[in-house]
Amino acid sequence: MKGMPLSAQLGLFITVLYFAAAILAPVIAPYGMSEIVGDVWEPSSARFWLGTDNLGRDLLTRMIYGGRTTIFVAAMATALSFTLGSILGFTAAVYGGWVDQVMSRLNDLVMSIPTLIFALVVLSVMPVTLPILIFIMGFLDSTRVFRLSRAVAVDINVMDYVEAARLRGEGQAWVIFREILPNALSPLVAELGLRFIFAILFISTLSFLGLGIQPPAADWGGIVKENREGIVYGIPAALVPAVAIVTLSISVNLVADWALNRTTSLKGGRGA
Amino acid sequence: MPDPLLDIRNLRIEATVYAPGEKPRNAVIVDDVSLSLERGKVMGLIGESGAGKSTIGLSALAYGRGGIRLSGGEIRLNGREIRLASGATLRSLRGKEVTYVAQSAAAAFNPAKRLMEQVTEAALAHGVMTQAEAEARAVDLFRTLSLPDPENFGRRYPHQVSGGQLQRAMTAMALCPKPDLVIFDEPTTALDVTTQIDVLAAIKTAIAETGVAALYITHDLAVVAQVSDEIMVLRHGKMVEHGTCQQIIEAPREEYTRALISVRSIDHQEKSPEGEALLTVEGVSARYGAMAKDVLSDVSVALRPGQTLALVGESGSGKSTMARVITGLLPPRKGTITFDGKPLPGALKDRSREELRELQMIYQMADVAMNPRQTVATIIGRPLEFYFGLKGRERDARVQELLDAIELGEGFADRYPAELSGGQKQRVCIARALAAKPKLIICDEVTSALDPLVADGILKLLLDLQAREGVAYLFITHDIATVKAIADSIAVMYQGRVQRYGAKSQVLAPPFDDYTDLLLSSVPEMELGWLERVLDHRRMESAGN
Repeated sequence: MKGMPLSAQLGLFITVLYFAAAILAPVIAPYGMSEIVGDVWEPSSARFWLGTDNLGRDLLTRMIYGGRTTIFVAAMATALSFTLGSILGFTAAVYGGWVDQVMSRLNDLVMSIPTLIFALVVLSVMPVTLPILIFIMGFLDSTRVFRLSRAVAVDINVMDYVEAARLRGEGQAWVIFREILPNALSPLVAELGLRFIFAILFISTLSFLGLGIQPPAADWGGIVKENREGIVYGIPAALVPAVAIVTLSISVNLVADWALNRTTSLKGGRGA
Repeated sequence: MPDPLLDIRNLRIEATVYAPGEKPRNAVIVDDVSLSLERGKVMGLIGESGAGKSTIGLSALAYGRGGIRLSGGEIRLNGREIRLASGATLRSLRGKEVTYVAQSAAAAFNPAKRLMEQVTEAALAHGVMTQAEAEARAVDLFRTLSLPDPENFGRRYPHQVSGGQLQRAMTAMALCPKPDLVIFDEPTTALDVTTQIDVLAAIKTAIAETGVAALYITHDLAVVAQVSDEIMVLRHGKMVEHGTCQQIIEAPREEYTRALISVRSIDHQEKSPEGEALLTVEGVSARYGAMAKDVLSDVSVALRPGQTLALVGESGSGKSTMARVITGLLPPRKGTITFDGKPLPGALKDRSREELRELQMIYQMADVAMNPRQTVATIIGRPLEFYFGLKGRERDARVQELLDAIELGEGFADRYPAELSGGQKQRVCIARALAAKPKLIICDEVTSALDPLVADGILKLLLDLQAREGVAYLFITHDIATVKAIADSIAVMYQGRVQRYGAKSQVLAPPFDDYTDLLLSSVPEMELGWLERVLDHRRMESAGN
């Protein structure tokens, strides 16, 4: 942590704050999640720091619980997409030949369908539960990770040290996890920050369209949806989740950039 | 005494170093170096990598590569101080009064433009001459540099000419605007010896005919002895010795200069070819993918246990392909390989773990042959774990033993490759190969990326290890001096065929075939006038035919 630039410190602080709020939601939220405690769209006051929403629920409470859902779903989906995408990508690169061709063309096929439409179609015929939501988001996002990790691994795969491992007789698992993965980490970490943010935007979009998190559970996209009519009357309730998404995105990326710098400069990895 | 053309006094060059795991710190790259060069003279700058010779060369253009600061001293060119000169002044003199010839011509040319356009660019940009004059001069220079078809040479693109020709085209580019000074930065290092001698001769003629002054930077003392009037020996950014070419070569004053001159003085007694062969390659032909032509055709060689077979040849002769065939990365199209009395399967995947263990490989570029994310302990320890199942303390003890064997002491086990010097990296690669207790190690140009003194140390270590462990080497190289130092038998390769093969004493003794003669006579020797003698000799021979 020493020598961490100010920007990364700020990013880390805000990120930790959001995650802590998400984890500790039941402890720190001032009211119950769907408890009606005041009038519709009350302005911010000492009782309701961010005012109330379209049904008179405390907006701060809704934001905290919403953040919990949004961050949880986005994090799980990102973790899934990276595990799936990078392992498949590395496999395609390491095996090459027709294995690579089949995997890459299937990947292109999935990518050729617009992500949002694909998700809407699938979610409209399947029950919208958290595991299904996470799986669909993770699966669709893994196509991007697949392309990146395959491209990176193809480069690394022709290095002499990988050849040396092959000549030693190492299996593909060693080559993938011990030779390629540590050297591919830098670009993947950079991508991870970005993908996490895209996942937050994606789940928010789905909820806004009504196919994501179902009421009365809260999430940031859902809060925008519930309060969007307020904008016409000058009620800022719908903008609060937007601010949350923006600050979290920037913070996560500041941290990811710093991690990227660290992993490339240290120990002479790729690009050093 | 006339004013010198270039006068560098007490030059100091600094840079910020970002060492892994440490805070950035300031490093002095060149310290208190002074030199002065008169018109029409050639000075050789010589030293190992990191000696600061290129940095000093570029400082004559008042240029420092990324992050380098010319922080002290004076650089006077044509009587005016240029170290702190403005951008406009520098632009007016770079490419007009001083020009630069880079090491890798292939990387320095723009592949999308014709040679003529690039050769005349500086002259036109500075308005030194008109387009027609510049092109006429370029053609003259092409002729002086003995490039083929000088009238039309400029119409080609960089990829349409050979490496040696491209290097000469770059010399023409540097000479075209009639500069006062040319900086040659290792112009022949990337070339084969047989090409190097032509380029060297061409550069020498061009310098003599145009009367330009030059700074000639190289790590090869034998090369610099052929072209320069004076030599300056550098080490760690400081001047070691400065004198006339003759004095440096014939009567060096400093210990370090003497070491540079006497490098490759290893005396290796050839072992007699006796007993069963360890590796027999018979009638092997191989090609890559769907290529129409064989890269290797009908190659047969044999290697006995505990001995060294050197494969010699220039780039493209098929030596490295040979290594790929023997290691199983490229299954041969025809022919058989016998290893330790048993036929060796052609493809890597068909070989048993034991066969893989007994045949190890060391690479040319130690930097990329080691995973930058693994510590030395992991790199050396993995073969122990993989082949012998050694774990924990037992493994660590054996790693330390191997580190001792390669003359690296305590404290290296936890380092990462980036924290090692070039020679140390290659030593770790040797230890990794040794860890498998192999019978044969294939060494692919293992010393060609290293400085002469470091390379010498590696060769001595390899010979030591051979004497102790009885391991055989298949030594691939383009450097005849290395071959003389280490080989028991030699196979000279040319265009995928074995041109000449036998015990070292036979191969290196006359009568020679034409190619071997060309190859052997092209190796620069550490004496004045060598270049002229060889060229005269060749001229007489071709006249005699």
